[in-house]
Amino acid sequence: MKKILHIKRQLNSNSESYYENFVYESDNENATVATALLTTPVIWEHSCLQKKCGACAMVINGKPALACNTRLADMDCEIINIEPLRKFPVIQDLRVDRQALMDKLKELKVWLESDSINGNENISYEASRCLECGLCLEVCPNYYMDGKFGGMAAMTPLARIIDKSSKDQHKELKKNYKKGVYNSCGKSLACRDICPAKIDIDKLLVKSNAAAIWNRWNKE
Amino acid sequence: MAVYVNILGAGLAGMTAARTLAKNNIHVRLFSVQVSQRAQSNLAEGGLNAALNMMGEDDDINQHYEDTMKGGCYIANPDMVKGLCEGAPSIVDEMKRIGVPWHMENGHIIQRPFGGQKKRRTCFCMSSTGKILTTASIDDTRKYEDSGLIERYTHHKFAGILVNNNKCIGIKIYDNHEGTYNNYSGPVIICSGGMNGMFPGRTTGTTSNTGSVTAMLFNSGVKLSNLEFIQYHPTTVRITDKRMLISEAARGEGGRLCYLDDDKKVSFMEDKFGERGNLMPRDVVSKEIALINKTTYLDMTGLNSDIWNNRLSDLRQEIIDYLHKDPAYELIEVAPGIHYFMGGIKVDINHETNIEGLYAAGECAAAYHGANRLGGNSLLGAIYGGKTAAKSIIKSLDRFDYINDLNELSDDLNGNIFLTDDEKAKDIMLTDILSKTMGILRDETSLNLGLCELENIETNNASFEFKSRLNLAKAITECAISRRESRGAHNRTDYPESNDSYKKPTTVSLVNNEIIIE
Repeated sequence: MKKILHIKRQLNSNSESYYENFVYESDNENATVATALLTTPVIWEHSCLQKKCGACAMVINGKPALACNTRLADMDCEIINIEPLRKFPVIQDLRVDRQALMDKLKELKVWLESDSINGNENISYEASRCLECGLCLEVCPNYYMDGKFGGMAAMTPLARIIDKSSKDQHKELKKNYKKGVYNSCGKSLACRDICPAKIDIDKLLVKSNAAAIWNRWNKE
Repeated sequence: MAVYVNILGAGLAGMTAARTLAKNNIHVRLFSVQVSQRAQSNLAEGGLNAALNMMGEDDDINQHYEDTMKGGCYIANPDMVKGLCEGAPSIVDEMKRIGVPWHMENGHIIQRPFGGQKKRRTCFCMSSTGKILTTASIDDTRKYEDSGLIERYTHHKFAGILVNNNKCIGIKIYDNHEGTYNNYSGPVIICSGGMNGMFPGRTTGTTSNTGSVTAMLFNSGVKLSNLEFIQYHPTTVRITDKRMLISEAARGEGGRLCYLDDDKKVSFMEDKFGERGNLMPRDVVSKEIALINKTTYLDMTGLNSDIWNNRLSDLRQEIIDYLHKDPAYELIEVAPGIHYFMGGIKVDINHETNIEGLYAAGECAAAYHGANRLGGNSLLGAIYGGKTAAKSIIKSLDRFDYINDLNELSDDLNGNIFLTDDEKAKDIMLTDILSKTMGILRDETSLNLGLCELENIETNNASFEFKSRLNLAKAITECAISRRESRGAHNRTDYPESNDSYKKPTTVSLVNNEIIIE
């Protein structure tokens, strides 16, 4: 197998971007974009290399994906176009600054103010699986950085807090959920198909809407 | 000026230390190369041990202690292990209070059996326990970030410690985005994880845990301990860029190891060790696999649908995704792979190193696991260790010196600090030698050969990081040479028995560029 990686590079956040080609040859049919990138001097974030950490989110042949979860053999074309995520500022090459995701979670007060109630263990487990990789925001027609909408990357962790929070936190959660998720979500649900952790977004949305919008909180 | 504690690493140990300090109104700087969602803590799978006795088996803290000491072949510090086991039940409760959805049935936490433990003691969240605990910890940490007590410095990298008269007075940090160095005053807790990067592509860990922090600390006079004890987890599989873990939970829930003899399954662990053979400690299982020297399989075809659906659905999906095989119906070929480093930075019961004011917790520290770690004790050790280090600092805050402007301070860390592009090829050579030398089965001849090859690597004009990595590689090898016995994860074919004169930890230090083993 021979692939040409056509990579958008950038020396730093202020410089002009340019494309550079790298040839990757291997007979390993399970080689991923991450495998190929590891052989180049290109700067990119990586950590677990098994889709459990969300570090290596990027745009591969126009589609947002994790590099470690994209098999080269699954792509028919010889030339593979690799670009950084478009919704976040580029730091260098494929490395972007996703701090906005973390800032949004702080703004929406995604934490438990007091001890967790028992809640629904399945909801809580499902919501805890979010990688905060940002792929859902990349495909979301309603998300832009520094806007009010936090996208699914905010809805998912909020779902856990909504499920586990006691009554004294409900008023503020309701306000934040409305502001950060409910009011701006256009329900395209593009996030559902792109999520590398395959989080059951429908289930979380239904449960969180019921609680924070229709006031059907967990009773305890 | 406000007192600040500097924590390097934002996985479970680092976040726990940070929150423990923040709860006591102490300001924390939390440095990490990537956000906590990328930390290796997220990869831990099977669970967390605590003697809660939820399964009606008369479990207690003393039995947890006994199993941990025995699993570690009696070289861990007994007082530290006692503290760990005593602290475990309240950690399960604290995690529950920050919202961890432990697996429960009828309102009670369920505990699963795990290797080397006589009782069902491992609390879990499917086979993603590390991820679920880390998520809850991230959310709880955010509360203190909002109040200003915890300041996160993400994309910041370790560049050295600042030491004055054998006292740690601060930390030197490189900002990956800005390309600048800064010195920060105050005591330091290192929570930088295991030394995976000394064996790149051959471990179940992350690429972020390069081992360089431990290496650079060693070069700066920090003592290390037990480097010869490297855990080979018996059930890992090769995926393209690394080894992937198949959690011990697979065997805890009924999976069996076998090899094939004319298509007939031979359950070699049960044949040799009886009914609980599959759940012997990891060192024992990996050694058996190495000794039988046959293709080994994990047989999970006997697990019922309740277990697959409610306890291991994530594990099953992962195997299908990466190996294109369904473990409910097919045997999975497995082999031992590097999974955990029992050795690392030498710490005392307070998690302080030989340098006053410098602490270490989590996998980077040699603390609780002796010669072999039990499954379910690493998440516990990370959380308990982070808490203990923080509490020790709280107790002795007036001991530390705070210097207003450390950037004025001259230090010897101003040369070429990090690996250069030219050195990366040499680093591959170094890690190749180390990987070949530090296999499951070792002997003096091959260890000496490895050391000799490492000594031939040129270090003229080398960066601080490269020199340090080379010294760490040599130290690991020398620790293995010096232990002329077999114990836990250290198997010497030339000394196959354990020897009581070695029933103690190994300590290694660098003095005048010479490796000294105690």
